[in-house]
Amino acid sequence: MARDDDRHKRQRIRNLAVGGILIALVILFYLITVVKMSGGAGA
Amino acid sequence: MSDASLGKETIETRVNTDLTRVSDYFALLKPRVMSLVVFTGLVGLVVAPGSLHPVLAITALLCIAVGAGASGAINMWFDADIDAVMERTQERPIPAGHVSANEALAFGTVLSIASVVLMGLAVNYVAAALLAFTIAFYVFVYTMWLKRRTPQNIVIGGAAGAFPPMIGWAAVTGDVSAESLVLFAIIFMWTPPHFWALSLWRDIDYAKAGVPMLPVVAGRDVTRRQIVLYSALLFPVAVMPYVLGYAGVFYGIGAAILSGLFLVLALRVWRQKDEESAKQLFAYSLLYLFLIFATLLGESLVRTVI
Repeated sequence: MARDDDRHKRQRIRNLAVGGILIALVILFYLITVVKMSGGAGA
Repeated sequence: MSDASLGKETIETRVNTDLTRVSDYFALLKPRVMSLVVFTGLVGLVVAPGSLHPVLAITALLCIAVGAGASGAINMWFDADIDAVMERTQERPIPAGHVSANEALAFGTVLSIASVVLMGLAVNYVAAALLAFTIAFYVFVYTMWLKRRTPQNIVIGGAAGAFPPMIGWAAVTGDVSAESLVLFAIIFMWTPPHFWALSLWRDIDYAKAGVPMLPVVAGRDVTRRQIVLYSALLFPVAVMPYVLGYAGVFYGIGAAILSGLFLVLALRVWRQKDEESAKQLFAYSLLYLFLIFATLLGESLVRTVI
């Protein structure tokens, strides 16, 4: 029982970390695409 | 102790272990080196003529940071044997047994490729090529070839740490110019006295690990002379941005004073031949690089506002 809880808790932390990184990357790629498509890349 | 409390303790320990693992992976990226790299890269971005959209500027800095960190992770994979021997590096994730060498290699390789590809797609190919060259130079030329073979390891290998402002500059302009080469030269000339000052009191550690640092191979007197030589060469290089006209009088005077003080401290290391003066030069060298680039940055920002 305790072992399951422990495993779930570890998996949750790992999933949250990976999920956070993926969401941050999706937002970054979205912003890059918007900037590139609007031609506002600067010099 | 009851089973329940034992179970709770195990959960807490494992959760802590997980968080430690995250911090171990972060430690593989050499965060202290990364902060310096990001800072000098930012200065290259800001000082360069032209403009870059803030999202792309942040992306460029992220790529520089991740690329530098990734090369640090590959460096730790290759140097795991000497890191385990040296007191300064014994607590790094691989010798401490927190991360396996293969995990560090995979982590570093994936992040290296990702940072270069993202830089190429989002910013420009010149910046991406420079980033790829920097990572390759640090891993293959410095880590695998020079570090264990020659006492000049950090002179040539130091070039890898000098590239970030050039990458930042190239992210904006899409090219390599004399002005960005001067930014490179400042860090290139700064690196040998900085590391040799450290190695003057860490030479036993390096000798133990079989790393041919200059004090180990040629002795401390030769090292002190070389420190003075590079510190003297640093002076004209540091004032060059003012001479070339892309930094103002404030920077020119500041760079002259800071570089003069650098030379004075280097001469003290040479004359006094003690550990204390070497430690002072090492501490000052960190402040020096920060102030030189901060002055360039501040002046450039003020010019933009006015």
